[in-house]
Amino acid sequence: MSGSPDFKEDTKMKKFKKALSLMLAAAMVLSLAACGGSDKGGSKDEAKSSGEEVFKIGGIGPITGANASYGLGVKNGAQIAVDEINAAGGINGYKVEYKFEDDVTDNEKSVHAYNTLKDWGMQLLMGSTTSTCSITVSAKSSADNMFQLTPSGSAVDCVATDNAFQVCFTDPNQGVRSAQYIAEHKMATKIAGIYDSSDTYSSGIWTSFKKEAANQGIEIVAEGAFTADNKTDFSVQLQQAKDAGAEMVFMPIYFTEAALILAQADAMGFAPQFVGCDGMDGILTVKNFDTSLAEGLVLLTPFAATAEDELTQKYVETYKKNYNEIPNQFSADAYDAIYIMKAAIEKADLKPSDGVSAICDGMKAVMTEINVKGLTSDEEGMTWTEGGEVSKAPKAAVIKNGEYVMAQ
Amino acid sequence: MSFINYLISGISLGSIYAIIALGYTMVYGIAKMLNFAHGDVIMVGAFTVYTVSRTMGMNPIIGVLLSVVVCTVLGMLIERVAYKPLRGASSPLAVLITAIGVSYLLQNLALLIFGSTPVSFTSVIPWKGISLAGGKLNISGVTIVTIVACIIIMAGLTSFIRHSKAGQAMLAVSEDKGAAQLMGINVNGTIALTFAIGSALAALAGVLLCSAYPSLTPYTGAMPGIKAFVAAVFGGIGSVPGAMIGGILLGIIENLSKAYISQQLSDAIVFAVLIVVLLIKPTGIMGKNIQEKV
Repeated sequence: MSGSPDFKEDTKMKKFKKALSLMLAAAMVLSLAACGGSDKGGSKDEAKSSGEEVFKIGGIGPITGANASYGLGVKNGAQIAVDEINAAGGINGYKVEYKFEDDVTDNEKSVHAYNTLKDWGMQLLMGSTTSTCSITVSAKSSADNMFQLTPSGSAVDCVATDNAFQVCFTDPNQGVRSAQYIAEHKMATKIAGIYDSSDTYSSGIWTSFKKEAANQGIEIVAEGAFTADNKTDFSVQLQQAKDAGAEMVFMPIYFTEAALILAQADAMGFAPQFVGCDGMDGILTVKNFDTSLAEGLVLLTPFAATAEDELTQKYVETYKKNYNEIPNQFSADAYDAIYIMKAAIEKADLKPSDGVSAICDGMKAVMTEINVKGLTSDEEGMTWTEGGEVSKAPKAAVIKNGEYVMAQ
Repeated sequence: MSFINYLISGISLGSIYAIIALGYTMVYGIAKMLNFAHGDVIMVGAFTVYTVSRTMGMNPIIGVLLSVVVCTVLGMLIERVAYKPLRGASSPLAVLITAIGVSYLLQNLALLIFGSTPVSFTSVIPWKGISLAGGKLNISGVTIVTIVACIIIMAGLTSFIRHSKAGQAMLAVSEDKGAAQLMGINVNGTIALTFAIGSALAALAGVLLCSAYPSLTPYTGAMPGIKAFVAAVFGGIGSVPGAMIGGILLGIIENLSKAYISQQLSDAIVFAVLIVVLLIKPTGIMGKNIQEKV
């Protein structure tokens, strides 16, 4: 009898293995089927959609997950622009349909979102919201020759394909502009930096900032880095900045970590001037955050809801009415993105029945010719290079009494 | 002076790892399983304090006490519902996979209830701390409380295991479950008690973690959980003083390598040290000390 439990054990194990291999096989078949299915569905719907007389614009971004505030801003900002355009008679007389898909800041989900939108019949893509997702999707969109305009994807590679354009500054541009802005306004000469070396956005800005700082006579006294897996404890980075006598800490990072840095700097009695870039936008929305910690923080961002020009005022009012929130810079980028698409479509005189590829070719040809004044530009407006990079004047905002105020 | 600053913040970080690691190591020692949901119990603890003290406006101390109660109950519930039925399972993998499942369940429940936007956690320790050497050496209140709490917990737990009846039962169960049962020890009860203690410690760790690094999301517990697991293995899994030493060493190594070698490689260095230690001493630093095994 002593052999029987062992024997039982053995068959159980075999059964387990068998079940496991069956499951794996099933998963493979399913995933293969899913790939094939989505491709087929895409081309079919494309053909169908070209018969309809509306422009279908798709948007992608994170509306859940850690960066949800970016995606929600983009989703809502574009919606406002679409509503306005439709109320005013559409683009070239055609109404605009708009659909937004969530990607949770995940590359794979971003491609899924792209495929879903293609199945829906998307002709123009406004997305993705974040850089790495945008780069991943641009590989797909360039294969389809679909016009892509990312509102806030700022990496250089976001516009590496010829169908892709961006609304916000590229990271190197932002780094260079930040250094110039700091030097021009004589904000500080001894600067420490804290950046996320595992993030293309953050390290992209930091690298170019450092290079330009040398030209501007700014001294980098300390350089602190962190990675995605190690982003809660900043005591070492702050201590080094403090020991080096930094007057300013430049943080080209997202607001989640920045909120932690501000709290930890306060705890150790270190109070330099903190400066961030557009990723800092949102710091005032962190739940339960003590906004007094962010007092005096400077953001090199192209949009502030407190700006007094008519366009901004009207936009902020609508946004508050519809979404009960103060719009962030991402929403302004997306709002502009829709109007940029409108300007290009009108310039190239396109209609929905031209189809995805012809629309893209038409828009590519005119993108370098148009000039769009929007929420994120000054009176001079925005223009584009053939490579897809935007050119506009930089702006800065300061946090005063818990609100963004445009710096003069 | 900077060195002392780095060292102190390293010890503080390490103390939090150590408190979390205690939960891992006790459960492993007794139930011979890795409770990967442990890190997420920390998150539940922190969210409980946040909810009680911010949303309901009660004293944070009540929040801490409530969170200990909530986590204790949660830990026992997880053990009863998810792990106990699998105790007789043929493959030890079954309970490991279940633990990973529970971890995801907790994260996603928190995601549903609290959303993904990070919450800024108000420190439960209002004390600003002390400033020595003319402001060059700042030790925050949280740091001091964390280190002191770590020492008290360690001492308390050791004497509990050595001197109480329940502690002795734990030792017995960890050495031989079958024999312990024959001697009249309630094995299931002892395992449940272990989960209760481990989870109560997780609640405290959550409060201290979020007081020191005030950002709270449903994923807050995941990374410290993994680091604490490393600390437990580092110190010798199953050993209480081992978890303590492993945790504190891990924190110090992490902070000093950040300060003096490379900020980006600090995690890599931590894990490299772990590999070296395990190569030289496969059971971990305190691994052989069977007397202390719970």
